[in-house]
Amino acid sequence: MIDIGLIGDLYVFVLAGFLGYQVISRVSPLLHTPLMSATNAISGISLVGSLVVAGAGYNEISTLLGFVAVTASTINVVGGFLITDRILKMFRAAGAGPAPGGGSAKGTASGSK
Amino acid sequence: MRRDLLQLFYLVSAILFVMGLRGLSHPKTARRGMFLAELGMLLAIIGSLLHHEIIDYRWIAAGLVLGTAIGVPMAMWIPMTAVPQRTALSHSFGALAASLIGISEYYRHGAALGSVRVGVIGVEVMLGSLTFTGSLMAAGKLQGLIRGYPITWRGQNFSNLSILGAMLALIVALMFVPSSTAAFYSMVGLAFFFGVLFILPIGAADMPVVIALLNSYAGLTDAAMGFMLDNKIQIITGSLDGSSGFILSILMCRAMNRSITNVLFGAFGKVQDNPAELEGKKPIRQISVEEAAELLGTSRSVVFVPGYGMAVSQAQHRVREVADMLKNKGVQVRYGIHAVAGRMPGHMNVLLAEANVPYDELYDMDQINSQFPETDVVVVVGANDVVNPAAKRMRGSPIYGMPILEVEKARVVIVCKRSLAVGFAGIDNELYYGDKTLMLFGDAKETMVKLTAALKE
Repeated sequence: MIDIGLIGDLYVFVLAGFLGYQVISRVSPLLHTPLMSATNAISGISLVGSLVVAGAGYNEISTLLGFVAVTASTINVVGGFLITDRILKMFRAAGAGPAPGGGSAKGTASGSK
Repeated sequence: MRRDLLQLFYLVSAILFVMGLRGLSHPKTARRGMFLAELGMLLAIIGSLLHHEIIDYRWIAAGLVLGTAIGVPMAMWIPMTAVPQRTALSHSFGALAASLIGISEYYRHGAALGSVRVGVIGVEVMLGSLTFTGSLMAAGKLQGLIRGYPITWRGQNFSNLSILGAMLALIVALMFVPSSTAAFYSMVGLAFFFGVLFILPIGAADMPVVIALLNSYAGLTDAAMGFMLDNKIQIITGSLDGSSGFILSILMCRAMNRSITNVLFGAFGKVQDNPAELEGKKPIRQISVEEAAELLGTSRSVVFVPGYGMAVSQAQHRVREVADMLKNKGVQVRYGIHAVAGRMPGHMNVLLAEANVPYDELYDMDQINSQFPETDVVVVVGANDVVNPAAKRMRGSPIYGMPILEVEKARVVIVCKRSLAVGFAGIDNELYYGDKTLMLFGDAKETMVKLTAALKE
């Protein structure tokens, strides 16, 4: 009753989970915020499933739902990678001089003048 | 043939994603890593656009354009202090996409689905829907649209668990009768409702855990979507994201010495437990800006301890200016950062990096605690619970057992604070009444500006 595809998927899921645990454990605590925005960005991979639903012309409702899903996922992909890079650009070592184009010069917050 | 090609694209993407996340192990390799991940995403998208079922690209193009139009400003123009809200919103978008695609799948196939498939869709839509509303609530609390204090009501754990049980029962029922649209749509409604109820009782100070947890849910939702569509790249990515969020939640919980169950069901900050009547016992000692400048200027080593208060008053740039003045005078300056300072994992690091503080001056708790006895002056800027010695000494205190930054071991502690108000845990801080503590009252940003001016003289 359980189809073989699902079992294969389960293998992939479990092994990727272990791999994720190993890789993420090594992420520097300095970078936990960009880690979250990076995982936000790559979780925009739901775009690949959404694209098909939006473009396959199954029926009007599916196309509409697919369109909204494509929009939402694209926000994550585009926005996620951009902000991750914006954050990472600000991290610099001592003596490296101010981050190129980054940091307070961007005038992002009211605090930066 | 085309299908195999697509799978190859996905395989390469998966490898690039893993390499990208590995890059985050050090700030030096992080940006290159993210470039690899971006490449992986591009490949996956191009591959998917070649999917054989796609016949019409109009709605796809519209979605891509609209998503970009919303995503770019959200990423480029928001202040760094608002990154927690943005992250929560982003979880909700991902979850919304997954939930809608699940609904579309059920709508399209309905009764034709086998019981296993409908079960997978049920779980996917449930996770997606509750993560969607839950993340929206979290974003609202972080933005201050919904009040940050825990909202509780009688029997809330019982009612929440009943709703969870009802959703699971509906999914099981669907597996027996896949054609029951009523069961499906009531489950969806309950899931949306559950997300709201689930976040309401959680206080603002617990947001680092909650955001990490929602990150994990968003990952799991993605993986569930992969199961539903039999799409391996989504399963891999979802699983990676899920474990990332999970690890972060564990780290945050450990930093507060609490269990996940306690965060989710405990309604932290609700109980205003006995502050043991610290007031009256000991007087506090105040210090003026000039005296503080004198003290800082003549010390050898200074450690700044930032907290959420620094973010609120946007004082990070001004703190760095004070630090620069001190460094010019030959003072060693470092920053001690507690894992749960702020509203999300790594929040303080990002704010200080934004203010051009080099990352090798940022120390986490384990690194800095051994250094406090040799430190001349600690300046606490807007941190409260993470430096409260009650966590070590006062059994029965809500934060008892939480590992803290042991600032009271330094020679002098200057606490820069607006007033004597309690922290988010709602408990008094005996640090303020300590023998070595000097209170510097005022807004963090203004105080730092005045300090810089006083140091110039």
